Amino acid sequence: MKHTEKDSPGYWQENIKILTILMSIWFIVSFLLGIVFVDQLDNIRFAGFKLGFWISQQGAIFIYVLLVYVYLKAMDKLDKKYKLNDEN
Amino acid sequence: MSIQVMTYLFVGITFLLYISIAIKSRASSTSDFYIAGAHVPPLANGLATAADWMSAASFISMAGIISFMGRDGSVYLMGWTGGYVLLAMLIAPYLRDFGKFTVPDFIGERYYSQTARMVALLCAIFVSFTYVAGQMRGVGIVFSRFLEVDINLGVLIGMTIVFFYAVLGGMKGITYTQVAQYCVMIFAFMVPAIFISLLMTGSVIPQVGFGSELNPEYGGGYLLDRLDGLNQELGFAAYTESIRSKLDVFFITAALMFGTAGLPHVIIRFFTVPNVRAARKSALYALIFIAILYTTAPTIAAFARTNLINTVSNVEYSAMPEWFKTWEATNLISFEDKNNDGRIQYLADPETNELTVDRDIIVLANPEIAQLPNWVIALVAAGGLAAALSTAAGLLLVISSSISHDLLKSNLMPNISEKKELLSARIAIFFAVCIAGYFGMNPPGFVAEVVAFAFGLASSSFFPAIVLGIFYKRMNKEGAISGMLVGIIFTASYIIYYTFINPAADNAEGWWLGISPEGIGTLGTILNFFTAFVVCYFTSAPPEEVQAMVEDIRVPG
Repeated sequence: MKHTEKDSPGYWQENIKILTILMSIWFIVSFLLGIVFVDQLDNIRFAGFKLGFWISQQGAIFIYVLLVYVYLKAMDKLDKKYKLNDEN
Repeated sequence: MSIQVMTYLFVGITFLLYISIAIKSRASSTSDFYIAGAHVPPLANGLATAADWMSAASFISMAGIISFMGRDGSVYLMGWTGGYVLLAMLIAPYLRDFGKFTVPDFIGERYYSQTARMVALLCAIFVSFTYVAGQMRGVGIVFSRFLEVDINLGVLIGMTIVFFYAVLGGMKGITYTQVAQYCVMIFAFMVPAIFISLLMTGSVIPQVGFGSELNPEYGGGYLLDRLDGLNQELGFAAYTESIRSKLDVFFITAALMFGTAGLPHVIIRFFTVPNVRAARKSALYALIFIAILYTTAPTIAAFARTNLINTVSNVEYSAMPEWFKTWEATNLISFEDKNNDGRIQYLADPETNELTVDRDIIVLANPEIAQLPNWVIALVAAGGLAAALSTAAGLLLVISSSISHDLLKSNLMPNISEKKELLSARIAIFFAVCIAGYFGMNPPGFVAEVVAFAFGLASSSFFPAIVLGIFYKRMNKEGAISGMLVGIIFTASYIIYYTFINPAADNAEGWWLGISPEGIGTLGTILNFFTAFVVCYFTSAPPEEVQAMVEDIRVPG
């Protein structure tokens, strides 16, 4: 049987909420930390890195992996809450 | 064993592997051919997506580009991986729930219009051909440089291999060869990176070595500080400083992200898994596998540049190691003794600089420059071929399914039998391989520009149409089609103007608002969204059944 938005009221709104939070972090990391404020961040150093440089060449990518992981877990939880399971 | 014998051996073994996979995974239905029967487990799809996604450019050229651009190379790192986040969260799970075969399928049904389907089909074919020509060229280059085969013969060999498993197995064959190709590719990329990191900083993990102190024989001090210093001594900007304007960097990064999320050959990989959860899961796996290569590339860039400068700068030409001569023969590196002192001056100033280095040398010659064992050098050839072939196969499938499924089955000949559709898909892939091979042998002089074009087009056409189709139920065909057309025409005209009509103005002063043609796709995307909303506001809502379809794809199951 096909599930639609009407069978699970609230599911889509919660989905949008998860996406809004994760996409905001995505935007802040990529565009604010990685580009706009990168020079200010460069004044902070750790090991041999300037922080801004590290974020734009390494850190952002690690954060992306983390974001998609959190997305997977959050959606699993949401599907469970609404008893949606399409693994059959 | 000589390097060449070993290279033949490695390339031969990997090719045999791909062929035997192809024989084992023949396609027997159109569903097998287009989407591997939707039976691919998430882990396998993650590996295949990573290989599909990372092209010859990611493997061969990216580290080199970063090596010469320094800080500004970040646009590619963030752009190509950040776009993947958009794909994983905003596109892949919903299109999987939609559960059809191609991207034009989705556009056509969501916007209840054959016109929309045709626009999408043309974009898909254009984007894919642009890309595939570059991949075939990559295959030819690897063959000619490592195996001393004629470049055209190299392209021909590559074509034969792809042809074999793509025609036999379609998506099914492509998927499992891509899994093998990812393994070959990542091994070939990581081994030299680990070696060079160990050699220069004593750290086994290149990402750690990147921020570590150099061993005394390489000059000591932190790697990046040392590199900043070397760059400045020679008149270049410091490695960790940016030259481009922030606005342009912002726009290029966004254009690469939106473009990446709209690439049809990557999107269709998510049609191959059994359900929505598997689509989300394989997106995570794929990003992890991609991140391994993408976080390593900038480390190779920094290590190799330091090493290169140390080896050549102000050293006598006659004292150059053997690799210098071999790569000179391929024109990837050239030396002109302008002041006749017999030493190599590598400087930023073009008047006094005596050394020209092609960016591809950073990955291809890195193992030799770092004096790594012969088998590592041979491995790089097999890795480059794996990267190019895996992407080429994915693109060829998009072209073939666009023609046999979207053009024939959905449009011209709706009554075609499944058997005939499968046959026409195979014939289409055959012709696509031939055309791609032709462009590989006779590359149009503007390959690099055309790639910017492909990203700009994908971002200004597909990305908004797909995202609006999922997240905005009220979006209708009038809005979507006019948005796509405005986005494409704007972006295409801007790029064509600066690359073909008035290339003299292609610089920061000449650009409109200071945005380079590479970054203009972002503006095209914004215009697309804006036009779509305005037109949609003044026209009628989509029919009930289309709205019901949107409600359906928003919820798994």
